[in-house]
Amino acid sequence: MGNTLFDKVWDCHVVHRINNGPDVLFIDRHLVHEVTSPVAFLGLKNRRAKVLFPDKTFATADHNTPTKNQHLPVKDPLSANQLKALEENSKLHGISYWGLGHKKNGIVHVIGPEYGITQPGATIVCGDSHTSTHGAFGAIAFGIGTSEVEMVLSTQCIMQPKPKKMRININGKLNKGVTPKDVALFIISKLTTSGATGYFVEYSGNVFKEMSMEGRMTVCNLSIEMGARGGMIEPDKKTFDYLKNREYSPKGENWKKAMRYWLKLKSDKNAIFDKELDFDGNTIEPMITYGTNPGMGMSISNGIPKTINQNSEAKTYNKSLEYMNFNEGESMLGKKIDFVFLGSCTNGRIEDFRAFTEIVKGKKKSPNVTAWLVPGSHKVEEAIKEEGLLSILEEAGFELREPGCSACLAMNDDKIPAGKYAVSTSNRNFEGRQGPGSRTLLASPLVAAAAAITGHVTDPRTLY
Amino acid sequence: MAYDKFNVLESSAVPLPIENIDTDQIIPARFLKATERIGFGDNLFRDWRYNSKNLPKKDFVLNNNTYSGKILVGGKNFGSGSSREHAAWAIYDYGFRCVVSSFFADIFRNNCLNIGVLPVQVSAKFLENIFNEIYKNPDTIIKVDLEKQIIKIIGNQMFESFEINEYKKGNMLNGYDDIDYLMNIKNSIEEFAKKTPL
Ligand code: SF4
Repeated sequence: MGNTLFDKVWDCHVVHRINNGPDVLFIDRHLVHEVTSPVAFLGLKNRRAKVLFPDKTFATADHNTPTKNQHLPVKDPLSANQLKALEENSKLHGISYWGLGHKKNGIVHVIGPEYGITQPGATIVCGDSHTSTHGAFGAIAFGIGTSEVEMVLSTQCIMQPKPKKMRININGKLNKGVTPKDVALFIISKLTTSGATGYFVEYSGNVFKEMSMEGRMTVCNLSIEMGARGGMIEPDKKTFDYLKNREYSPKGENWKKAMRYWLKLKSDKNAIFDKELDFDGNTIEPMITYGTNPGMGMSISNGIPKTINQNSEAKTYNKSLEYMNFNEGESMLGKKIDFVFLGSCTNGRIEDFRAFTEIVKGKKKSPNVTAWLVPGSHKVEEAIKEEGLLSILEEAGFELREPGCSACLAMNDDKIPAGKYAVSTSNRNFEGRQGPGSRTLLASPLVAAAAAITGHVTDPRTLY
Repeated sequence: MAYDKFNVLESSAVPLPIENIDTDQIIPARFLKATERIGFGDNLFRDWRYNSKNLPKKDFVLNNNTYSGKILVGGKNFGSGSSREHAAWAIYDYGFRCVVSSFFADIFRNNCLNIGVLPVQVSAKFLENIFNEIYKNPDTIIKVDLEKQIIKIIGNQMFESFEINEYKKGNMLNGYDDIDYLMNIKNSIEEFAKKTPL
C-alpha cells in the first residue's frame, strides 16, 4: 500500500507515538498573532518555561489592527493592550515580531508564504483556523487552540491523533468568471460545513494544477469551512518558482537539499484514501452564499434552495434565512447590498486585486455602496501600486486601506452595521461575524466587484 | 494548564437544539481582546443572549430559569468555525463541564479536552431523546460516567456509550495536562529537531 502526500509529511515529523493516544508531532513553523497568544505566554510564565525554538516562531499583528492611520496610536485600549502584550512577549522570548507599522506586517497567512516561511513538507501551526492556507505549498498546516499554542511555544510539538485522509479530485475546464473562491464555495456547498470533519484533504486534478499559488491558497484556506483539519496540494514547479529567492527560502546547497525532499512529496499511485470524491470542474458557476454558514452557497443564478424536510434541520435552516431576511426560492441576483469587502487571508492577495480591478476598470462605484478594499499585507499593497491598479481603482471611486484582517472578523473598527448586507470575499458568513447583526454574502472578488459597481448582487459575467 | 479532574458528572442540562453552532456565536470576536483568561462566561452566546441594548433576550435558553445545570446539549456540528479556545473557556467559565452533541468540530473538541470540558458525542437518536426528556421535565438528570464511557438519562434509564481517546481519557480522569508530558520528553524533542529536513 502506498503513502499519501499527507502520510509522507506527517510520518517524518512524528517524534513519539503514544499507545492508544495521539502522535507527538514536531512543528517546523509556528505563526503567532495577538489574539490567541497572550494567555499562552501567560501559561509559559506560570510554568517558568521559555520558548524552545524562537527561530521557528514568527509573530505578527493583524486581527486587531486598524486599517486606517496605522501610524497613529491604536485607539481601542483593549486592542492596544493586546498588541503591546505580543510585542513584549516577542521581545522577551527573542521571537521575530512584525508588528503594526513594520514593513513586513500583514495577515499571518498572507505573509508566511510571501517571505518563504511557508515551505513544502513543513508542519505549520498557528492559533487560527485558516492556517490551512499554507497547505497550498504541500505543507501540513492547521489551526490550534491557545492551550496548544502554549504547547508549541514550550515544546515545539503538538499532540494530535493522525486524521483520516480524503482526496477531492476536480478535473475539467473552469468557466469564464469562475475563480478558485468559487471552486472552494462549490465544494463546501456539496460537503456542508461538517462534511470533512476528521479528515485532512488533498486537492487533486487539473483544476488545481492549473491554479496559481494564490488560487491554491484560497482553496486550501477554505478547507476548514467544510470541517477539515486542513487541505494540501502536491508541490510542483509553480510552488518552487514561487519560493525561489524569498527571504526565508533555503539558499544554495540548502535549496538543493530541500528540493530533494520536496520532489518526493506526492501521493503514491497506489496510495489509499479513507474517502475520495470527484467533481466536474465544467459544471461550476460563480458562487454566492445566502445563509449563515459557508456551506449555504449556490450558483449565483440559481434560486435559494427549499428547506430540507427534516425537523431539526429545517428549524436551523429557517433561523438562518430569517436572520438574512431571505426566503426560499428567491433569486439572489438583484438583491440590494450596502457594503463590499475585498480582503482577508482568503482573497486579500494581489491576484484578487487584479480580478477586482478587471471588473471595475472604466466604471464607477455605486454611490449606495461602501467599499472596503484591504490588502492582505504591505507587500500586496506595494504590488497594487506598482502594477498601476491603484490609479484604476481610484478612478472608479474606490480607495485602498492599510493591511489587516479588517471586516473579516470585525475586531477593529471595520464593522458592518446591523441589518446591512455585505458582499464579502472573506471566509465566514456566520451571524454577526462582520459586526453584530451584519449580513454577509460570501463570494469571489469578481462577484464583489460587480456588486460594488451595480449596488446589487450581479453576475460578473454580464459586466465584461 | 492543569484543570479539575473529571470522573462522574450528574446534572440537569441546558438544551440548545440548533445545528452548526459556530464559535463566533459561542463567543463573538469583539470579546477576544483580553490578555488573561477571565470573565468569558459573561459573554457566552452574547448576541443570542442579549439584544443590542444589552438587555437579556427572554426567549434564549440561558435567560430561562427553567433550565440549568453543568451540561450543555447542542445540535449537530457543534463548535465549527474559528479555532478560538475562548469558546471553550466561555463554556467552562459559565459553569458547564460537559457538552453533548451528535457531532463536534475538530478544533473545538480538542480545545474542550485541553481545558477539562468533556465533549460527549452521541447518536442523533439519543440526542433527540435527551432533548425530548428535558422538554418533558427540565429537571431531568443526565449522568456522564467518563471511566465507563457511558451517558445515561436518569428517569427513562436510556443510555449510550461514547468514545474518547484512551490517552485523553486518562488526562481528564487525572487532571493531567499535555504540556507536562511533553516537557518530560524535551531531550528527545531536541534530538529530533536536529534531524528534521527543514
Ligand atoms: S483574515 Fe479573517 S480568517 Fe484570516 S486570519 Fe484574519 S480574521 Fe482570521
